[in-house]
Amino acid sequence: MDISDQVLVEKVKAGDFQAFEALVNRYEGKVYRLSMRMLRNQQDAEDALQETFLQVHRGLKNFEGRSTFSTWLFRLATNVCLMKIRHSQTEPSKLLSFEDYLPQHEEGEHPQLQDWPDLPDETLLSKESREKMLEALEKLPAEYRAIFILRDIEGFSNAEAGETLGISVAAVKSRLHRSRLALRGMLAEYFEKKKQKEI
Amino acid sequence: MKCREILEKLSEYLDGELDPKLCQDLETHLEDCHPCLVFVNTLKKTITLYKYSGNEPLPKEVHLRLHDYLKKECRGC
Repeated sequence: MDISDQVLVEKVKAGDFQAFEALVNRYEGKVYRLSMRMLRNQQDAEDALQETFLQVHRGLKNFEGRSTFSTWLFRLATNVCLMKIRHSQTEPSKLLSFEDYLPQHEEGEHPQLQDWPDLPDETLLSKESREKMLEALEKLPAEYRAIFILRDIEGFSNAEAGETLGISVAAVKSRLHRSRLALRGMLAEYFEKKKQKEI
Repeated sequence: MKCREILEKLSEYLDGELDPKLCQDLETHLEDCHPCLVFVNTLKKTITLYKYSGNEPLPKEVHLRLHDYLKKECRGC
């Protein structure tokens, strides 16, 4: 049976380095994937991974367990990535307004919206599609990107995502909705073209 | 319910967090409004595709370098 995070944390606090390695083994993949999606650069993601777990080791003695270990870990990891993005010159401009992601139609006047290919998700996820999706994700402002990754890819609840990022549940919901609309909008042209090829 | 109101509430709808009465109004609207239906379907597809896209394994050399780094930096901390 797996030892719980809580037990491992207590062992680390008592100086057990193997327990720390067990925690690293448990979460390194998730933290790396988060970093790759946030930073989209292998070297930066690896640096963020190392920095995050170093901070975990240094910070665990003061960790009081008010949040779960995983929420605390992801907060550290997200902040490491956000700091890296702020220090780089690659931060995208602010997200466009809500209106920019809505189909331009008035009541009674319907725009030409096309559905996407009716294929299984695994088939749709070609190497090219994945690349387009990562490009779109990269265009979101970093805070929005972090919310979308935590909530829709890592499966955090609104409350957990809010706690991780230090924002209210209402702010999570509002930013998540705008992120989803923005990503749909950015991917629409690409998948509509795929649909046309299918026909 | 108008198209714009629908679009503002779509995430709550897809996450199952929408008030049941509004949910019913929204679904009634979708029966008659093809563009909104396509919009809902493609928004849902966007979320699903990202969810499925996320399981690449950690490269072994990254794992090894991480553990070496931590051993070096943390031993004796």
